[in-house]
Amino acid sequence: MMEPMETLVGQPVGAARVNAPAARLDAATVRFGTYTAIDKLDLELEAGAFYTILGPSGCGKSTLLRLVSDLIPAAGGDVSIFGKTTEEARLAREFAFVFQDAALLPWRSALKNVELPLEIGRKRGAVIPTGPRSPRELLELVGLKGRENALPHELSGGMRQRVAIARALLCQPKLLLMDEPFGALDEMTRDRLNLQLLDIWRETGTTILFVTHSISEAVFLGQKVIMLRANPGRLREIVDIDLPEPRQMRLRDTPEFNRYCSYLRELLETC
Amino acid sequence: MAAIENLPIADPQALARSTARRARLISTIVPIGTAVALIGLWQLGVRAFGVPTYIAPAPSDVAVTFVEKFPLLMQNFWPTFFESVAGFVVGNLAAILIAVAFVHSRNVERAFFPIAVFVNTIPILAIAPILVLIFGPGMTAKVVIAALICFFPTLVNMVRGLQSVSPQTLELARILSASKAEVFWKMRLPSSLPFLFSALKISATTSVIGAIVGEWVGADLGLGALIIDATFNFNSPLLYATVLMSSGLSVLMFALVTLAERRIVRW
Repeated sequence: MMEPMETLVGQPVGAARVNAPAARLDAATVRFGTYTAIDKLDLELEAGAFYTILGPSGCGKSTLLRLVSDLIPAAGGDVSIFGKTTEEARLAREFAFVFQDAALLPWRSALKNVELPLEIGRKRGAVIPTGPRSPRELLELVGLKGRENALPHELSGGMRQRVAIARALLCQPKLLLMDEPFGALDEMTRDRLNLQLLDIWRETGTTILFVTHSISEAVFLGQKVIMLRANPGRLREIVDIDLPEPRQMRLRDTPEFNRYCSYLRELLETC
Repeated sequence: MAAIENLPIADPQALARSTARRARLISTIVPIGTAVALIGLWQLGVRAFGVPTYIAPAPSDVAVTFVEKFPLLMQNFWPTFFESVAGFVVGNLAAILIAVAFVHSRNVERAFFPIAVFVNTIPILAIAPILVLIFGPGMTAKVVIAALICFFPTLVNMVRGLQSVSPQTLELARILSASKAEVFWKMRLPSSLPFLFSALKISATTSVIGAIVGEWVGADLGLGALIIDATFNFNSPLLYATVLMSSGLSVLMFALVTLAERRIVRW
């Protein structure tokens, strides 16, 4: 059953079409006490694609990421990552998480923060794959060459988030979970990081599941926008965003882009 | 000629630098000047109103005694210094270890935190005679008193520090499959250091108070014993000189902790 998976390990994911879905949810349910945050959600994420998640507050966007990343257990149904359970996938470092707050350790330099995943987890049985890029090369990839020794408080909010992205990429995850990573940044920084993230996605071939509040960010980044509805969290619709690749800033001024935005805005109102 | 003409138009950077230097000079001169003026006022007041030396000695009397009795002062300085340092180390170490136990287990905290609060509510002056009775007139009682006075602020701050790791950092630890020990050494302990040092700065000075209070209750040697001795002999200049010495000890302890903090907590 696991055979097709084994051949994938160590292979550049973006290069080949992958058989197993990046993530698969079958009637997955999450409850907090009596409150149902996610109710019987069915979802299949194609490997290598860029998904963005939109939905009204309380629709379980962040909960969905935490369910997939084994931070909270499913009360019912089944969740698998590349055919593995979420725990197996966590121990194999199949996925990485980028939080809204960069969650850097303030006493460690940028480089030492990127290296953190190498130092942690073996005692609990994690198998730590080393990606093709060294921590230094990853900092260069996110445009922080020369700032390796800077402490987090010496970096701007955007730079801190880029360190967090470099740290997430260290173990070459096949699924990158991002929970409003640019939500606290100013618009110019956000635009720049959006473009950089698209470059990183194309280069690494990883699957990205990206939660955002911003409709235009969801359309600009996503190949598919997953729209959730609230109370309880359920799938509303998956919208294919058929816009020319590679995406560039001026795409935002085109009528097609705006049509997607207004469609999603109307959809959001019915959620 | 040309050189002289150029002088007034000094480059703006040099001008800014000299302005900054003057601001820095003023910020040191003002507090020192105030202190010197107050001491001068004290000297004048004592002399003008003919205040007897045993009630309030003139600063010059204190200075003379300080120099003349310096060997005696140093002889009494060292025991108090050792008691303060030993009390500081023991009290803080105990507080840190118990804080770790509290954070590790809610039940340990539930069991022992009320006791810690109760011990803290007993005035140190009230508990000091009890401890001298238990541990005798030697150094041990003073070390225990100094340790006791350090204990509580460090316990409370250390517990807060160990719990100060952000929820997202803990989620990151979970995603990286971190063990409890890894979370402690790599995340909780470093996070607690700024909290720990603010507590250590408090106990740097309170440990000296603890040692001196312990010496009041019963000791032959130490700054506390010298304070009692000088008071009962109406030797006010010696009393003042001893107080000066005690405050010097506190300043020394505080400075050492601050220096360590600057070297360790760089974020």
